[in-house]
Amino acid sequence: MSEVKFSKEHEWITLEGDVATIGITKHATEMLGDIVFAELPEKGSNVEKDGTAGVVESTKAASDVYTPVSGEVVDTNQAIVDDPSKINEDPEGSAWFFKLKMKDQSEMESLMNKEEYDKFAKESAS
Amino acid sequence: MEIKKTSLNKLHQGNNAKFVEFAGYEMPIQYSKGIIEEHKFTRSHSGIFDVSHMGQLFIYGDENLTVELEKIFPLDLKNLKLNCSKYSFLMNEDAGIYDDLIITKIEEGYLIILNAACKDKDFEVLSNLLGKKYKMYLDNNRSLIAIQGPKSVEILNSIINGVDKLHFMTGNWFDSDNQKLFVTRSGYTGEDGFEISISNDKAEKFAQNLIEKGAQLIGLGARDTLRLEAGLCLYGHELDINKTPVEANLRWAISKSRLSNGGFIGSKKIKNQMQDGASQIRVGIKPEGRLIAREKTKIFDDKNTQIGEITSGTFGPSVNGPIAMGYVDKEFSKVDTKILLEVRGKKHPANICALPFYKKNYVKGVN
Repeated sequence: MSEVKFSKEHEWITLEGDVATIGITKHATEMLGDIVFAELPEKGSNVEKDGTAGVVESTKAASDVYTPVSGEVVDTNQAIVDDPSKINEDPEGSAWFFKLKMKDQSEMESLMNKEEYDKFAKESAS
Repeated sequence: MEIKKTSLNKLHQGNNAKFVEFAGYEMPIQYSKGIIEEHKFTRSHSGIFDVSHMGQLFIYGDENLTVELEKIFPLDLKNLKLNCSKYSFLMNEDAGIYDDLIITKIEEGYLIILNAACKDKDFEVLSNLLGKKYKMYLDNNRSLIAIQGPKSVEILNSIINGVDKLHFMTGNWFDSDNQKLFVTRSGYTGEDGFEISISNDKAEKFAQNLIEKGAQLIGLGARDTLRLEAGLCLYGHELDINKTPVEANLRWAISKSRLSNGGFIGSKKIKNQMQDGASQIRVGIKPEGRLIAREKTKIFDDKNTQIGEITSGTFGPSVNGPIAMGYVDKEFSKVDTKILLEVRGKKHPANICALPFYKKNYVKGVN
């Protein structure tokens, strides 16, 4: 599996072959608070880099989930739809959102590594 | 304008509060445990709420004051006993609501608790109506602390002996730590609890004392989920100047004797609406599944005609599901009516349901 990369919209992404797994970062969940609703893209649909690909809602507000890369949705994580609190518990592990079959793997290049993201998150929070 | 801080601001900071601006005040939306934990703790134990941003309006005067206030509020104030409280409204001639409030008869006058965002306007409206005959002031030297939840009576009584004898919607002065506190048995969470009016310089120590006895600080986020589960209105959401108490389904708060005799501001409109019914009415709404429908969500019937709008919507931690309140056309206001909610461009099924979503635990008679 590839190195974990991060987007400015607080998604994380890993790549295995040409299939990317995408979720939201721990930092994002801390900003959102208790997540109580998740909506995921439909399997078989195509999503475009930086386009919306889902929604999460906390007790306070709704937020769009964006996809950091383009591709066809090949799998979604029904477990987080059934129990959205799992997203707060393990955002960067078992609570992934969806898997994409990527069209253009060069889209990964513009994303941040962990060190860059941590710095970005710290700055955007203050 | 500089943001205002309550006398508990340092205590909030020390407890890792996340702050938001609310009605010009820096207020805690939540602490480190988060809204759901705070909500559940209030329902099972005891939560402390800083509500010092709310207005504490004292008005003093003779029997004439009662006569004058009856021209303003739809209440039977002549028969309101000392230390008893009533929920009411400040209205305009069209029965539009300036604010909802709690008024308590105190010695030689009244104490009125007002919403933070409305208190200055309320003061202006009341000053214009009452003139300068009565001593009247918003007391900025006093903080207001609410303690809510089933353990609150035990905790508060261990600090202020005798509060356990208070009935729901009554209050009294108590001595504690060399000062006079005004304590009412009331609140806005659907739980048994109290509100304590205390001088600013003693407030932090008092709240700290409550924490040491086992209560926990709760933010505005959980205050909102708690009041929504209890089916209670929030000014600026369910209530505003374009809504009347009849439309808001709060006719229980209007005194029957006052209604038949009239003579208060807005009484004609209220009488008419009581007879003919309001065209729209506030209802409880339960979306199917886990969908959350927020404020301003449009409500439709099965023929795609818009029939109303959501005024508050969130996830109810004790209900363990989404809940909302809103206004719908009268013919759709019956419990179990099926409606559709438009969220992110799609229509989702929901049902009109009875309020409250969560059953209350108010203590009525204790003696």
